[in-house]
Amino acid sequence: MNAISFHDVTLRLDGHVVLDNVSLEIVQQEFIGVLGPNGAGKTTLMRAALGLVPAGGGKIDVLGRLATRGNPDIGYMPQVRRALGTMRLSGWDFVAGVVGGHRLGMPILGKTDRAEVDRALALVGASELAHRPLAEISGGEQQRLLLAQALIGRPQLLLLDEPLSNLDPHHQQAVVALVKSLQAELGITVLFSAHELNPLLGTIDRVLYLGHGQAALGTVDEVITGPVLSRIYGSEIDVVRLKNRIFVMSGGHDVERDEHRHDLLSEQTHIPGR
Amino acid sequence: MFEYDFMQNAFAAATIVSIVAGLVGYFLVLRGETFAGHALAHVGFTGATGAVLIGVAPLWGMVAMTVAAGVSMGFLGERLAQRDVAIGIVLALSLGFGLLFLHFFTAFASQATALLFGNVLAVDMNTVWILLALGIISVAALAVISRPLLFASLQPELAEAKGVSLRLYSVLFLAVTALTIAECAQIVGVLLVFALMVGPAAAAQQLTTRIGRGLLLSVGLALAEAWSGITLAFYTDWPSSFWITALSAGIYLFSTLLPRMLRTQKPVWIA
Repeated sequence: MNAISFHDVTLRLDGHVVLDNVSLEIVQQEFIGVLGPNGAGKTTLMRAALGLVPAGGGKIDVLGRLATRGNPDIGYMPQVRRALGTMRLSGWDFVAGVVGGHRLGMPILGKTDRAEVDRALALVGASELAHRPLAEISGGEQQRLLLAQALIGRPQLLLLDEPLSNLDPHHQQAVVALVKSLQAELGITVLFSAHELNPLLGTIDRVLYLGHGQAALGTVDEVITGPVLSRIYGSEIDVVRLKNRIFVMSGGHDVERDEHRHDLLSEQTHIPGR
Repeated sequence: MFEYDFMQNAFAAATIVSIVAGLVGYFLVLRGETFAGHALAHVGFTGATGAVLIGVAPLWGMVAMTVAAGVSMGFLGERLAQRDVAIGIVLALSLGFGLLFLHFFTAFASQATALLFGNVLAVDMNTVWILLALGIISVAALAVISRPLLFASLQPELAEAKGVSLRLYSVLFLAVTALTIAECAQIVGVLLVFALMVGPAAAAQQLTTRIGRGLLLSVGLALAEAWSGITLAFYTDWPSSFWITALSAGIYLFSTLLPRMLRTQKPVWIA
């Protein structure tokens, strides 16, 4: 049984095609880095696996079942788009609010539920900082709490959307190492999207590169090559390797960095509930 | 002062409304929808004056209009979130309509102040029973939806992925909010609903970051402000709404200063 299988899947967002007739298979317990230019469909792909975006033609299977909304086996960490500090809550309550949140009733947690919150916080090393108010902790610490929320319910598959955005390189490495150790310890599958490949090098098993409706899935050596990326970008791409780092260049520009800067200038937000 | 019937009624009404406002207000502040609450109260003014024009009790007109407006705002949801201007214009328009209805029904004009600023000392026994029934409905509805509502407020995208309908809970919560506003308006009037719904809840969230304690504190502060306000009004003969707003503002100010004062002495975060 695969963690995720796409069979001839086409995905659309606001009328335009994001993925065009794509098939791919992600094996269980793989750590997949999801990369690609801005707007290539990294978020849409994750939302499709969650059953939030319908597969226009084709079929998406997640852990042996058709992708449907409310799958308890998937943990999801959405991209951070708003300041959490505006909510005057402790980290513990922020994570606890997720437990059984799809059921009606009052948010009063029993012993088992509280133990589940403590477990998730301990897994991400946030047991101590959970006592502090959200407004007083750093961006990197908030990321840990978001990761703890995603781990509530013991998912088999983690979809992490841009966990490295807004973090400095030092904190980026810490988050990647934390996710890797969680993946190994819990034996789960991880999809980890990012703007840049380099922080993920040496950690990911395979890379899923998206762009212009296409997708390439394989090891870094298979996918991060001039011919494959030229096909995805639809223009001439050079791949330059410098020591342990890889740069994806187009006509002398570092494509990933340009994309990142573009993203900072014009943040494309996806509004939930639309 | 309890030998007077009107004081007994005032305390009973204030108790019911404060409990509901403290609980609903907590979620309103947490979700950052206080401005929507303010707008709903203004729409309630149109409802109340319109009801009088067609010969219905103002409370029912207010309930009907605020709930209808709350449900529509919930359906518009995210599309409304960044439309402060649109909300503001609708808000002004509804006050304008309220004024027009008053103009047609001139005999009622003396009661306009009561609608706008509240007059808890004029609440009769019948209204207390109606407030109790509406209060039970509001709290029961909130109790049923509070878990998914909290999830949707804290982490909307994850909640959506786990099968929680953001729109459904947005609509249901704003309907409960609208009902609560109609109740609050009986105590402090449509213009000052903020004092009972937002003030205590915002102060509670300054003082504790735990949800359970925050809800209790929010209710406790709302009760203390309403009871003290009415008592002060009784002895000073100043309007009760003035005292309630003054206490609400004072306690909120105190709540923002207290944690800072405590922290400069010793590095302990209360609760």
